Amino acid sequence: MIEIQNIEKSFKEKHVLNGIDATFESGKTNLIIGSSGTGKSVLLKCMVGLVQPDEGVVLYNGRNFTTGNKELQTEIRREIGMLFQGSALFDSKNVEKNIMFPLDVLSDMPEDEKMDRVNFCLQRVGLENVNKLMPSEISGGMKKRVGIARAIVNKPNYLFCDEPNSGLDPQTSITIDDLIAEITEEYGITTVIVTHDMNSVIEIGQKVIFLYKGDKLWEGSKENITKSDIKELNDFVFANRMMKLIK
Amino acid sequence: MRSLGKFLIFISSLFVRRESFSTYFKLTIDECIKVGYNSILIVAIVSTFMGAVTTIQTAFNLVSPFIPDYVIALVVRDMTILELSPTIIAIVYAGKVGSNIAGELGTMRITEQVDALEVMGINASSYLVLPKIIASVLMYPALVIFSAFLSIYGGYLTSVMTGLISGYDYIYGIRAEFIEFNIFFALIKAFVFAFLVAAISAYKGFFTKGGALEVGQASTAAVTNSCIAILFADYLLAQLLLG
Repeated sequence: MIEIQNIEKSFKEKHVLNGIDATFESGKTNLIIGSSGTGKSVLLKCMVGLVQPDEGVVLYNGRNFTTGNKELQTEIRREIGMLFQGSALFDSKNVEKNIMFPLDVLSDMPEDEKMDRVNFCLQRVGLENVNKLMPSEISGGMKKRVGIARAIVNKPNYLFCDEPNSGLDPQTSITIDDLIAEITEEYGITTVIVTHDMNSVIEIGQKVIFLYKGDKLWEGSKENITKSDIKELNDFVFANRMMKLIK
Repeated sequence: MRSLGKFLIFISSLFVRRESFSTYFKLTIDECIKVGYNSILIVAIVSTFMGAVTTIQTAFNLVSPFIPDYVIALVVRDMTILELSPTIIAIVYAGKVGSNIAGELGTMRITEQVDALEVMGINASSYLVLPKIIASVLMYPALVIFSAFLSIYGGYLTSVMTGLISGYDYIYGIRAEFIEFNIFFALIKAFVFAFLVAAISAYKGFFTKGGALEVGQASTAAVTNSCIAILFADYLLAQLLLG
């Protein structure tokens, strides 16, 4: 479980996050949604330590990540897997080496065990016979899958996904969403996903947090997101024609 | 001053939270190939022509009948060892290796590859930059020695082919009044320049913000700042060790 308490962040004069509190439960897909520029990605970066919040703390199973010492932060980070918006695969390494990378650097596993684990993860994300391809030789959807495989290779306790289906076609988006949801349930991982895609909310939003201009306006599940009377949330949820029709 | 302070903090961050020795060993070998082996051709071409041109220009300026021919070779040797090979090749090295380091790290930064390392709990600056600096400091002195040999040899070929001086006089000249300290001086310069090029370029690349345009700007800044640092360090070392 991850708890965030009173997270505040400003960049010079601009307040991006205004005291956010939330709890993200284990074995569930937790979604942070909101329009562009509302602070979703900044909140995610505060949670994984890429951005230092001005105020507040992030607790991983009660361990204080934000103000903890470097050793504790490193220990927690090694329990984290992250899928980046652009996949962030290492250009100089092929698919196999990309996935094996966390094992190479962070574990002393024998070579054949590492290879077995890589092949297992590739199979798990539905990719085969791509081991020797370079990131530049595979499609956007495949890059996301490789990114997921790399994120789970070290058996993380926490999985973070920054806009996992941005730039993907609707079918591939659903495949990626389903894959994340399956992995979350299968391994009991605490998964936090930042997205502004309502399809994802409907597909996998077990817990949803809505951010608006740096504030948390709403918290709930995909079942009751359409029943809210908050104007900003309704404007976001029913922005497209399809959702209006459903309503 | 603020940039200098940030640069020093960056350098000190390379030595904390390091990974295992074997990880760095493999990376350093890869970097040695990239910065050293892949620079051999350009260093060979520049050095050979540098020696050839220096020989012709020295001969052109030393036309007095009171100056023996072998002095031309002596001048070429000392110029090559003291200045041309360590410094001019350092400028070429900054253009090739420095821009490559800044471009690579800058691209990694804007495509979130650096963030990916940090999230994994790896000290990205140490993991990415330290092997580059070690490889540079190991390989550049070797390139300088190689360059000095080719430059002097280029001078010899020019002398013999154009008949400026005889091969015998040239070889006599490069052995005459040889000062061993000059080699030591050239190697000290090589170590310092290698560190400056790798560290400055890595610093510029590592802190790139924005997109493709900024990566290009970081590469340019890496080369220009490295060149200025090389020339400043060149003067400082000459003053300290020869002055």
